[in-house]
Amino acid sequence: MTAAPGYAPRRTLPLRVEIVRQFKRRRTLVMFGLLLALPWILVIAFQFGPQSNNGGQSLRISDLATQSGLNFAAFALSVSANFLLVVAVAMFCGDTVSSEANWSSLRYLLAAPIPRDRLLRQKLIVALGYSAAAVICLPVMALVAGTLAFGWNDIQVPVTGEVIPAVDVLPRFGIVIGYALVSQLVVAALAFLVSTMTDSPLGAVGGAVGLWIVSTILQAVEALGSLREFLPTYWNNAWTDALTPEMDWGGMVKGASVSITYAAILVAIAFRRFRRKDVVS
Amino acid sequence: MKRVAALVAALALIGVTTWLVWPSAPQARGQDQAISVVDGTDDDQRVQLDATFFPPSGGGKAPVVLLAHGFGGSKQSMRQQAAQLAQDGYAVLTWSARGFGRSTGEIALNSPDYEVKDVKQLIDWVAKRPEVQLDATGDPRVGIVGGSYGGAIALMTAAFDQRVDAIVPQITWADLADALFPNNAVQATPAGLGDPETGVFKRMWSGIFFGRGLSLDSFAQQSQSQAQGQGPAQNGQNGQNGQNGQGQNGQNGQNGQGQNAQGQNGQGQGGQSRGQGLGQTAMPMTPEEARCGRFLPAICDIYQTVAKDGRATSEAITLLRASSPVTVANRIKAPTLLLQGQRDSLFPLSHADANAKAIASAGTPVSIAWFDGGHDGGNGEADWLYEQTSAWLARYLKGEGSAQAAPPVSGFTVTRDGGRDPGTRQRIRLHPETSSYPGLGGTDTTTVQLAGPEQNIVNPPGGAPAAISTVPGVGSLLGGQSGGVSIDMPGQSAVFESPPLTAPLQLTGSSTAVVKVTGEGEATLFAKVYDVSDGSQLPVLPAGQVAPFRVTFPDGGGSVEVTVALPAADHNFAAGHRLRLVVATTDMGFATPAEPATYQVALSSPELTVPTVRTLSAPPAGIAWWVWAMPLTAIVIAAILLATGRTSTRATTGRVSGTRATADRTTATRAITNGATAPDPTTTQASDPTSTPVPEPASASALQPASAPEPASVPGRGDDQGVDDDGQAVPLEIKGLTKAYRNGELAVDGLSFRVERGQVLGLLGPNGAGKTTTMRMMMGLIRPDDGEVRIFGERVTPGAPVLSRLGSFVEGPGFLPHLSGRDNIELYWAATGRPPADAHFEEALEIAGLGKALERAVRTYSQGMRQRLAIAQAMLGLPDLLVLDEPTNGLDPPQIREMREVLKRYARDGRTVIVSSHLLAEVEQTCSHVVVMHRGRLVSAGPVSRLLTSAKPANGHGPRLEDVFLDLIGDKS
Repeated sequence: MTAAPGYAPRRTLPLRVEIVRQFKRRRTLVMFGLLLALPWILVIAFQFGPQSNNGGQSLRISDLATQSGLNFAAFALSVSANFLLVVAVAMFCGDTVSSEANWSSLRYLLAAPIPRDRLLRQKLIVALGYSAAAVICLPVMALVAGTLAFGWNDIQVPVTGEVIPAVDVLPRFGIVIGYALVSQLVVAALAFLVSTMTDSPLGAVGGAVGLWIVSTILQAVEALGSLREFLPTYWNNAWTDALTPEMDWGGMVKGASVSITYAAILVAIAFRRFRRKDVVS
Repeated sequence: MKRVAALVAALALIGVTTWLVWPSAPQARGQDQAISVVDGTDDDQRVQLDATFFPPSGGGKAPVVLLAHGFGGSKQSMRQQAAQLAQDGYAVLTWSARGFGRSTGEIALNSPDYEVKDVKQLIDWVAKRPEVQLDATGDPRVGIVGGSYGGAIALMTAAFDQRVDAIVPQITWADLADALFPNNAVQATPAGLGDPETGVFKRMWSGIFFGRGLSLDSFAQQSQSQAQGQGPAQNGQNGQNGQNGQGQNGQNGQNGQGQNAQGQNGQGQGGQSRGQGLGQTAMPMTPEEARCGRFLPAICDIYQTVAKDGRATSEAITLLRASSPVTVANRIKAPTLLLQGQRDSLFPLSHADANAKAIASAGTPVSIAWFDGGHDGGNGEADWLYEQTSAWLARYLKGEGSAQAAPPVSGFTVTRDGGRDPGTRQRIRLHPETSSYPGLGGTDTTTVQLAGPEQNIVNPPGGAPAAISTVPGVGSLLGGQSGGVSIDMPGQSAVFESPPLTAPLQLTGSSTAVVKVTGEGEATLFAKVYDVSDGSQLPVLPAGQVAPFRVTFPDGGGSVEVTVALPAADHNFAAGHRLRLVVATTDMGFATPAEPATYQVALSSPELTVPTVRTLSAPPAGIAWWVWAMPLTAIVIAAILLATGRTSTRATTGRVSGTRATADRTTATRAITNGATAPDPTTTQASDPTSTPVPEPASASALQPASAPEPASVPGRGDDQGVDDDGQAVPLEIKGLTKAYRNGELAVDGLSFRVERGQVLGLLGPNGAGKTTTMRMMMGLIRPDDGEVRIFGERVTPGAPVLSRLGSFVEGPGFLPHLSGRDNIELYWAATGRPPADAHFEEALEIAGLGKALERAVRTYSQGMRQRLAIAQAMLGLPDLLVLDEPTNGLDPPQIREMREVLKRYARDGRTVIVSSHLLAEVEQTCSHVVVMHRGRLVSAGPVSRLLTSAKPANGHGPRLEDVFLDLIGDKS
């Protein structure tokens, strides 16, 4: 009799349990609340803000936001993808292990025992799930809010002003959200790695966001030339290519490639480190 | 971890620093030369050319490249490009053409009698240089590169001097007469350009062109009048204005004329005019100087005449044609790469077309590229142009080897907008290419149906206000991507529009339209094709180009049918857009009649013929190799990282016997099998110097043989396989357990002991004795440096399944503060994956005794409540081995008493409990056995009763554990 009756490593820490453990956290609820409320706040801002009545001549994405629900959703995504969603993803992935360490509950989970690889795997899946939910819920809520507020019209493409039928754009919108998910993988993996190294949740989230900011700054250094293509943030806005009249996959494919590359290595390092780590928290 | 981070940071720092300070190849240094040449129709004019020779940076003999500057520039404009070419292994000669810079002589517009003769003598000069590779005596391997004015001299020289081996003329003219007097009414002219006799005077460009020649002189005077090195403050700006970035004004301070240095494109207009103003204030000019500047008087006179009338005289045409490559281009034997700007209303694409046709007619290889740039601005694509130039020169000037290495230059390349870069959101350009140049007629034509009634248009008196297509010289300032502002004046233009396109249409070349114009006398008209979207965008005039044409009506008025060649362009009309043909009476850039007039314009044929080039396709951009290679590599690396990072149990076991002397290990073993309680002094002293002297034992100890690590069993009789008498596995067995802190100090040092079933073991020791570290190792949280922990015979590793039989409470409770006590307990059990029925929640929660508080969030609990909840959690599932660290901390006396009973009862059922505590009295009452640790080592182990009896009675009382303990840890005083 090596293990207690009924114990099987494969059954430890079911996803359902981890989801419940994380869901009731205040920061989870606040983050989702914020993401779901943001579109409505924007709607109110557009409705009651001073009208920049320039007769629809301007073709900036912010000016087109009130054209249709789809335009509005694209706008909401564009304003949040670079920071809000990064913070959300960094929070869900960076907080997951470090907060357990912080609460001292990590050692009891490990002594339960949940094998370390399994603990990380389950936590990573749940964290990615929450991240995905965050990335999806914002544009979807924006689509709902935008459609209710501005109607279901065809999308008008920023800069060029072309119009694409709404029905054609809807699947593209799925691509946009999918790409946004993939491009956030780097943040997720980075935050997760930091999470396994520290027992300060703030440190994990801040570390990931900080490195993200450094990458964004490096991206502005033109002297780096094509090296910048390999920065994790470089292809962040490639999803806008999906909303042009002719879809261009080039940027998104490159972005996904870079993102997956970083994510795979970072996650592997996280697992490798955590396996050997002395848990002293 | 910190070391790794530091290492990574250091490596990154080193990398960046290296990259920053990596010695770029030393800047090639030029040698200033004054080269005397003789030219003129009778070879009697001696001119001193100011030149700079750059030897090839690699040394040895190399092909030579003559770099010619644009109009208004000087050799200084070419310095940067020259240095770059020299670094690429060419000898380079730059010079200021006659009449420019510090060269003497007058501007003769690249006349065969003047400038061409000069350049031939420059070729003679370079042939004598030892650094220059020769094809034959006096025949150097030579290429000529230049833009605008410099491009024309490249073409002219190649026509007149067969020693030239390759030329790369950029944004230059084929026929100067046509450039200044274009007429796009299609006639059968051999060159494909219009007839300048009836051409429309390109007033603004001509003015700028000639004005630049005039202003040169004023600068020459200005610099003479000023002390050296006191150039105006805006010197630095002129070079920047040239979008090619090839204008280099580094030395302008010493050379007043250098202020005119402009980009090769001649776009330095802004800085130019400012500089001119300064120049004029510096020194009054003589009337002749003011009139003609540094122009040859003959040219000056002709210009004055034609500019006044706006009509080309045959004299003027003869003179301009003499300076036009198209007339002599069929003599060119040097392979020619023509780089023409799409944004060029001075020398439009049709000029490159004419040159290409003329040169190709002699069988000479010609490649042509339409890039995003030209005299009207655009991007300029300096880097791409350099690449193309470099490839061309490598192919035709350098040896076979480098020709292979250089990328081939296609017959025809066009720069197209490639949308925005996803990363930087900046414009990117594509370069589709095809192997042969199809001409302005394209490989195919698409017919677009236009519609519109006959319309009356007026020529306003005085020709004002005029429509705006391109503003010469400032196009780069105003121009957006769409071609800048284009404004048509109401009433002056007839409009014919197509229905929305059903498919995108890529125009490449020159469209033609046939219109019928009715009026009297003569009409000067401008045709253009707009790209009109129905959206909110303004109509776009591709490249800002218009096609001027002049029609002469039959006497007494009537109508004339004209076929108009619309401006050559490369433009994509998106689906849904319309094509709009506009015929206007005015254009700001051209001279138009001052007489008011009215014309009727109608479509002769509703068809607009749009040329397309089917073969023009972007080089298969495909997906960069790294796009798929990188993630695959990363996944492989990740797999390797994971595979090699597996926790290996073998390695650790090996270290137990391998790394440390076995004898040393036994010193820590305290065998108390025969009731011995104290360690042996001799072996203790033989151990680590860090160990403290152990007090003299009260009774003799029976030593175990010093052969193998032997756990102190409590009260173990046999141990061997970790199996007790009943054949059941020993609940806990620790052998030679060692763990060092990061600083190297040993937290646990060779600890060995054993716990039997049914025991309540007290783990005693002062702070820092290593109790908690030992417990963490029992839980698999910390990996021992040496030795091992076995629970029920199973070795403890992180996540070992046997840990499921261990309940633990170590170093305080660990709960999720946002969940209630019950949720915490239930979710914890759920996390173990074991059946809820095995949990025995009620029993455990009874021990916790939290009552209703169980439903509150844990964050509201007191320390004692959390403590009890944590103990309850440890007891979930009634584990066979219960490890509790300071369980009575924070409990009140009744709870302590209750806890004591709970633990005793727990062990009575055949389970085992290990308790660490500071409260010796508590241990005395609760535990059946004790293990005493001090500084990571085992000091004593055995039943509490034995420990007490072995001690000397003190003060007449019975022995107390406290005394024994203090005795053992040597801290009696």
